[in-house]
Amino acid sequence: MIRMTLTGLLATALAGFACQVSAAQLTIGFSQIGSESGWRAAETSVSKSEAKKRNVNFKIADAQQKQENQIKAIRSFIAQKVDAIFLAPVVSTGWDAVLKEAQAAKIPVVLLDRDIDPSGKELYLTAVTSDSVHEGEVAGDWLAKTVGSKACNVVELQGTVGASVAANRKKGFDTAVAKHANLKVVRSQTGDFTRAKGKEVMESFIKAEGGGKNICAVYAHNDDMMVGAIQAMKEAGLKPGKDILTVSIDAVPDIFKAIAAGEANATVELTPDMAGPAFDAIIAWKDKGTVPPKWIQTESKLYTAADNPQKIYDSKKGLGY
Amino acid sequence: MALRLPRSGVPQVLAFLAILAINWTVSPQFFDIRLQDGRLFGSLIDVFNRGAPVALLSLGMVLVIATRGIDLSVGAVMAISGAIAASLADTHPLPVVLAAALGAGLLCGLWNGLLVAVLGIQPIVATLILMVAGRGIAQLITEGRIVTFTAPELVWFGGGSVLGIPAPVAITLGMLLVTLILVRGTALGLMIEATGGNARASALAGVGTTAMTMAVYVWCSLCAALAGIIAAADILGADANNAGLWLELDAILAVVIGGTSLFGGRFSLVYAVLGALIIQAMNTGILLSGFRPEFNLVVKAVVVLVVLLMQSPRLSGLGLLLSRVSK
Repeated sequence: MIRMTLTGLLATALAGFACQVSAAQLTIGFSQIGSESGWRAAETSVSKSEAKKRNVNFKIADAQQKQENQIKAIRSFIAQKVDAIFLAPVVSTGWDAVLKEAQAAKIPVVLLDRDIDPSGKELYLTAVTSDSVHEGEVAGDWLAKTVGSKACNVVELQGTVGASVAANRKKGFDTAVAKHANLKVVRSQTGDFTRAKGKEVMESFIKAEGGGKNICAVYAHNDDMMVGAIQAMKEAGLKPGKDILTVSIDAVPDIFKAIAAGEANATVELTPDMAGPAFDAIIAWKDKGTVPPKWIQTESKLYTAADNPQKIYDSKKGLGY
Repeated sequence: MALRLPRSGVPQVLAFLAILAINWTVSPQFFDIRLQDGRLFGSLIDVFNRGAPVALLSLGMVLVIATRGIDLSVGAVMAISGAIAASLADTHPLPVVLAAALGAGLLCGLWNGLLVAVLGIQPIVATLILMVAGRGIAQLITEGRIVTFTAPELVWFGGGSVLGIPAPVAITLGMLLVTLILVRGTALGLMIEATGGNARASALAGVGTTAMTMAVYVWCSLCAALAGIIAAADILGADANNAGLWLELDAILAVVIGGTSLFGGRFSLVYAVLGALIIQAMNTGILLSGFRPEFNLVVKAVVVLVVLLMQSPRLSGLGLLLSRVSK
């Protein structure tokens, strides 16, 4: 018995050792923007767990929303001779100098979640981002498929005026909806990406459209505005999810609670797992020399009541959203 | 004495009625009111209901401005009190929740009052400190996420009603009455105006100017804390990043539209609240109109300009002159 345990232990130790040797543990530094939103916090915690899964020595530097802190962090990663650097750029310009330093030190840089100015394309290995135009398309396609040939008046809660995400999510949805003559966006206003404004705007939409009777669906550029809109519908005596269909983007935990309760219909995920594909790209590049494409697009997955929303809520709740 | 119009409130009332009329033309069902779940429901009710938080803020702000001060921290105080209320709501009884949230407001007011009245720091700088730090405090309390709650007692502050009147409106009305009685029913209002008119002369005349200044900042923060509770109850959660964001500017605007001068002295509580309703009537109108959102701020700026021009003594003097010339 004892001998068996001992051999077992020895085998595990050997296996562990062998694994260590063959993988030559990678050290990767990540310059994160900061904790500007719940999504960002989730991205940080997911990137940590993805690093653990791949046995990567992962170092995160929090830039507190400042570019100079990010540049400092990248310089310190270069000094530490890390194997790769992940960067979630807080702004799109001003990276040339520091990225050239990384290039001179032969350290590959992967951009996460946001792109930088096109002038610097040769300065990074690849960018892992979501396509926000495509997110809008996925939402629009779901709606078109769900209503079928029925005439449907849609009201839209836009994100902050001037934000590129808002413009892109609007563009994608408009493109998808334009293919179907029975779908019409009748009202569109900004809800500033917040619950309170989403609720206020929805209240006025309901009143302006015959107490909500003329509205068949709501499209919100993020889930938070939708959570506010759901409250507005309930207070007006309407049944969100049944009287009025809902589709929004982001897939934050609270929208899954609403979907589980039958008060929301669909959400398109902006995945917080940007680091996972980035790790895979770096590992393939180091091991086999595979050059990744310049842009790795993350999946914009659609979730509905059929996807066990309660379970997703439970798994997302702890991520820091 | 026709030139004394700004004090009479005629421009404010006219502006409010004019905006309601415009809203009615862009949205014919504007004045439709019905009962929904025992609560009045309609666009006009939305104006009062959505305007309640800014009206509450302007109630405190007008007193601060009357002492020649300004309070930039009210939005941040809203975020703090909302964050505290939402974090405690599901685990503590309502009196504890309210005491903690309003107590935090009281502390914020004392802090502002201390900086301005005792240490003599300029109000705009003194309250800027809490404006910036306060939102950070609120974010620390919520850990940067939206803290939701379900406790029906707290939900009442946003979604409840008194005799069909939405709770936020009823609370604001109650606070207006209390403030009116406190300020106009006693000599307090006079002393606040005296402090703002000429602090030194008032102090020499025996007015406790330090205590007066302290008191108005405390009252202002208390009003803001109450507005914060309403804002949190409205969305069943505390959003520290956005609750009360930029509302200090709306509150100052409401006071100015209400005819109170930023140079202190005479003030009007009722017209400050009316100023807040004018701003909200405009917001609701824009939402109902179906304009593209890119126009929101432009429309708002034009309306505010017109309302302020209506109050300008120079301009009404000019009008008088023109009418004399034409005769």
